[in-house]
Amino acid sequence: MSVLVYVEAVGGKIKKAGFEGVSYGKQAANQMGTGVTAVLFGAADAAEVASLGNYGATKVLHASGDAFNTFESNAFADAMSAAAEKEGSTLLIFPFDNSGRALAPRLSARMGAGLVSGATAYPEISGNTLKVKKNVFSGKAIAQVEIATDKKIISFTPNSTGIQEVGGSAAVEAFSPAVKSSKIKLVEVQKQEGEIPLPEAELVVSAGRGMKGPEHWGVIEEMAKVLGAATACSRPVADIGWRPHHEHVGQTGITVRPNLYIAIGISGAIQHLAGVNQSKTIVVINKDPEAPFFKAADYGVIGDAFDVAPRLLEAFKKFKANQN
Amino acid sequence: MNILVCISKVPDTTTKISFTDNNTKFNTAGVQYIVNPSDEWYALVRGLELKEALGGSVTIITVGLAEDDAIIRKALAIGADEAVRVNADPADSYFVAAQIAAYAKTKNFDLILTGKETIDHNNAEVGGMIAEMVGMEFVSPVNKLDVNGNVARMESEVGGATFVLEAELPLVISAAKGMADQRIPNMRGIMAARTKPINVVEPQGVQPLVKVAAFEMPPAKAGVKMIDPENMDELVQLLHNEAKVI
Ligand SMILES: Cc1cc2nc3c(=O)[nH]c(=O)nc-3n(C[C@H](O)[C@H](O)[C@H](O)COP(=O)(O)OP(=O)(O)OC[C@H]3O[C@@H](n4cnc5c(N)ncnc54)[C@H](O)[C@@H]3O)c2cc1C
Ligand SMILES: Nc1ncnc2c1ncn2[C@@H]1O[C@H](COP(=O)(O)O)[C@@H](O)[C@H]1O
Repeated sequence: MSVLVYVEAVGGKIKKAGFEGVSYGKQAANQMGTGVTAVLFGAADAAEVASLGNYGATKVLHASGDAFNTFESNAFADAMSAAAEKEGSTLLIFPFDNSGRALAPRLSARMGAGLVSGATAYPEISGNTLKVKKNVFSGKAIAQVEIATDKKIISFTPNSTGIQEVGGSAAVEAFSPAVKSSKIKLVEVQKQEGEIPLPEAELVVSAGRGMKGPEHWGVIEEMAKVLGAATACSRPVADIGWRPHHEHVGQTGITVRPNLYIAIGISGAIQHLAGVNQSKTIVVINKDPEAPFFKAADYGVIGDAFDVAPRLLEAFKKFKANQN
Repeated sequence: MNILVCISKVPDTTTKISFTDNNTKFNTAGVQYIVNPSDEWYALVRGLELKEALGGSVTIITVGLAEDDAIIRKALAIGADEAVRVNADPADSYFVAAQIAAYAKTKNFDLILTGKETIDHNNAEVGGMIAEMVGMEFVSPVNKLDVNGNVARMESEVGGATFVLEAELPLVISAAKGMADQRIPNMRGIMAARTKPINVVEPQGVQPLVKVAAFEMPPAKAGVKMIDPENMDELVQLLHNEAKVI
């Protein structure tokens, strides 16, 4: 009966979305009068595993064998369906990240379970019906989606509902279900050295065509470094090759939801906003007072990026120096 | 190489979104439709490039009603060889995937390509569901795709790293940024598309699993606070003390 939550550990540490997922599952489990079982993939030491109890897991199934060292959607999906069967779970929770995007649809089809992807709030459960909100039309509207199938799956948008500590403890069990082997071979992993991955970044410094050329990105990169932020850019900037493709945010690039999004020399076209409008705080620097981005901003600065950005960088440096 | 590309109809990216029927239906009045960008720019164009290099054919499939023929013609004009329309309202992702899987099972596709996600539902669901239903592996998101013999080589950018993957065909792949560049249809393509047949097939009886109960608009922003460009220390203090984000 328990609510089943997918949790990943990378490099021995449980991912933040894993704790948030357990908190999410706990909220749903309270409504259903049941507990939370976390299924943890990847190696982590006993204290790290047990810490899931603090967020509301009553049980942890720890899948840590060779088959679970690197992400593989077939094997992980098999393990999640085995866990659901073992626990008699009717509600499964995933983060709406790349893992969840690969696993949840597979399991939905396999179990005939209604799926809501990218939930941004806790569900409302009454009897066999669950309702939950998600963003649609790239954040321009919200849909309340209803699932009435017996089995249900939600993938939640990370950083929407947050992590809640409840101070409980969890029973930990080793879990080694039989899984299908995969024909997908991992040839190599190319790390983008020293950078903060954009989809998970809490702070983002982003710039657009207003920067005039790739040779002017030094101030953007340095600002990101001082803040511990990721760098991003608008689509034309990636298309002309001033910046790498993986920095392109927006409707046709990636969607981010950081605490702080600083946009420098970006007009704020609707397709760009679609990828960033869920950021908690938006700062816009643009020389054109009519730039549409100001309508979506919390703080605005009208001025030339070539003057304002270096000054802002100095102000951040001063602030950081005073903090230490 | 026989490639199936799943294309979906979405409102143009600049559409003003509103609802009717007590906020239960999307207001389609005056809405212009386009092919979902990642389906068109990444999945379809890469499919065509692979076909041009290796031979074979590209079939596009959409689950939708007769009004969707316009976006099907657009995809044909870009260069798809054949088009299939499953004649049904796309009720939910499960329904759509089941229709596409049923069709795919009657053919021998080496690759089934979907877009990363639709810009209206933002689900990223259909590809994974098709993979499960047809019993193929699913790779997502794929930013680069090459095929050598019967082996696909893929790059997937996830969490600050690029994963280079290889797998034997057949595969279901969700196509994302970087895979190809947008192609503008030329006059010859547009003319040819007018006469290419659209193969309309009737849907399988499948029950959708979810439904939208209601829509609402997101809460409005409080309004922007303007800061003097000479005074960036003030902005930093506001970010620290007021917004509490640094
Ligand atoms: C289907 C579709 C999908 C799209 N998807 C995306 C997407 O995912 N992401 C995306 O970003 N775009 C996307 N676009 C493109 C989008 O419409 C805009 O063209 C793009 O976002 C503009 O980028 P930009 O703001 O960097 O450039 P511009 O529009 O050229 O704006 C530059 C801005 O910089 C300001 N500026 C210039 N010089 C200075 C200076 N010295 N100091 C300060 N400010 C200065 C200007 O006032 C202007 O506001 C899409 C378009 C379409 C049609
Ligand atoms: N009605 C449809 N007909 C055909 N393909 C679709 C349809 N809806 C979605 N798809 C495909 O599935 C992908 C993911 O869609 P979604 O799961 O809705 O985000 C899209 O990019 C399309 O390739």
